[in-house]
Amino acid sequence: MVKSSMHGVFFIQGDIACAEGAIAAGCRFFGGYPITPASEIAERLALRLPQLDGVFVQFEDEIASMAAILGASWAGVKSMTATSGPGISLMLENIGLGMMMEAPCVIVNVQRGSPSTGLPTSWGQSDMMQARWGSHGDYGSISLCPKSPQEFFDLTVKAFNYSEKYRLPVFVLADAIVGHMTEKVVIPPVDELEIIDRKYTTRPLSEYLPYACDKSLVPEFAKAGNGYRYHTTGLTHDERGYPDMSEECHIKLVNRLVDKIRKNARDIILTEEHDIDGADVILISYGITSRTVVPAIQKARQKGIKVGYLRLITVWPFPEEKIRNLASRVAGFVIPEINLGQVGLEVERCAGSVARTRIVPHPGGGIHRTGAVVKAIEEVAHAK
Amino acid sequence: MQVIATRPKSLTDLQFTYCPGCTHGIAHRLIAEAMDELDMRNRMMGVAPVGCSVFAYKFFNCDMAEAAHGRAPAVATGMKRARPDMFVFTYQGDGDLVAIGTAEIVHAANRGEKISIFFINNAIYGMTGGQMAPTTLPGMKTTTSPYGRDEKDIGYPIRACELLNSLVSPYFIERVSLLSPQEIIKAKKAVLKAMQYNKEGRGFTFVEFVSTCPTNWGLDPLQAREWARENMLPYYKIGNFRDKGAEGGEK
Repeated sequence: MVKSSMHGVFFIQGDIACAEGAIAAGCRFFGGYPITPASEIAERLALRLPQLDGVFVQFEDEIASMAAILGASWAGVKSMTATSGPGISLMLENIGLGMMMEAPCVIVNVQRGSPSTGLPTSWGQSDMMQARWGSHGDYGSISLCPKSPQEFFDLTVKAFNYSEKYRLPVFVLADAIVGHMTEKVVIPPVDELEIIDRKYTTRPLSEYLPYACDKSLVPEFAKAGNGYRYHTTGLTHDERGYPDMSEECHIKLVNRLVDKIRKNARDIILTEEHDIDGADVILISYGITSRTVVPAIQKARQKGIKVGYLRLITVWPFPEEKIRNLASRVAGFVIPEINLGQVGLEVERCAGSVARTRIVPHPGGGIHRTGAVVKAIEEVAHAK
Repeated sequence: MQVIATRPKSLTDLQFTYCPGCTHGIAHRLIAEAMDELDMRNRMMGVAPVGCSVFAYKFFNCDMAEAAHGRAPAVATGMKRARPDMFVFTYQGDGDLVAIGTAEIVHAANRGEKISIFFINNAIYGMTGGQMAPTTLPGMKTTTSPYGRDEKDIGYPIRACELLNSLVSPYFIERVSLLSPQEIIKAKKAVLKAMQYNKEGRGFTFVEFVSTCPTNWGLDPLQAREWARENMLPYYKIGNFRDKGAEGGEK
């Protein structure tokens, strides 16, 4: 039995890389329910967590799974679940509770074709807006989109770091291709990785308020069993963690839940850019689509169009500032995504009337035809 | 030439796409035969689960719907309450019925919905590739219980018939097996009875089939049947638990 996190160079599936990323990040509790194409993450952790004195529990459904990882998180253990679209739909109530409790945890969504049961064994990027707005109400949220098994490892680690730093459930939005693809994955020794742990309070018992916070807008944790007798609830609550359903308290709390992400967006937003300077058209993509559109970029360049490439590694919070700045420098944006235009609408919102926006939709189960993407790039370039 | 057996009219002409040795085909046929014999087909609505038998719509020659995972008894309730003139059945696997759908089956039974539930128990999740089910036996290795199901950690397998039998409302509850021709003939009798009561609008009827999953058990079809006989039947005891329509049964 391997008693520690593994490291080295491996040829493994994306889902396995994700599970190993969770282990490297310090996750020691997994609660989940089988669902294609995410089951391999649960299967891997069923094997690995007991070797590390961690806990693996297969629950009766996704509702219990999500509730349990909140419980584990609140008890002080890094926790995770992994599912696909239909499972997220079941988890949404508890995801909202997690946002309100400010419970750090990671939710992996290996997306498939949707809506409903959709395409269980095929891919999609159809849950992008669900990750942002799925649970009712206003709250800030973080979603990271891996394009490869390597990134599925890296971003799972990062998701845990963000969840611990900003105290909220963080999404990793993969898809069936990234989850089931087998590629080279380099796993560094744990001590070479940046691992962030939640901030525990050093205040004396009498001075500790569970939801009081400084400029970071992120409250400190108290360790369960240390005598703090702290309380949490999904109801609107004051700094003591007790329900206070006054307008004043609600305004303060909901604004803080949104602002703690909004005001830290620069720390959270990760992008990859190529040939942006001097570009006429910028192709914006994320996840697996950023790989399938490479031939289209090459073809458009052969036709003499200056195409820049912007990959959103962080999709939420949305890089509004970056898009606004770019909009004034280019003819427009082309956004291929495996849905009928979810992130594209965000680009359109930020580009406004300054730059053209052209969404290249695909509902899933296939990938964009190169010709369709090239045509969109040409249309945007020539509309200058 | 004398025809002594034909394909039931309540099955389509399609060849089953279930794995070799899987008992779904037998269960499908028994239900279809009962629909034929009781002349219920044209007023029958079936609800398929999420799992291997999500494809039941291809094989049953009546109106069919697929429910979200575990919710078939709730969908069936909606159908039957909206159209009391129709007959409604659900066909569900063990993950669907006693994991994610535990609340729906218990409450549909408790309300005494006038529907039939056919429950396939093969102690594993088939469609998603062999994960642990709520009916997986102690010690049994699956992809999510790689060290064997530890009942101290995850509890004992759930016996659906016994669980539902603790409720007052259900009308008929029986567990049958599909491991030999004799057992299949007995199973047919239970299916017929459930369907008869369904036709008469008597109440909630439930038949559990002890079944096999050779593919995910890693056994050939004959070994799977023997394994089920030796391991499943001692835990999932065959028999009738409730028959309010029988002589001496609760009226």
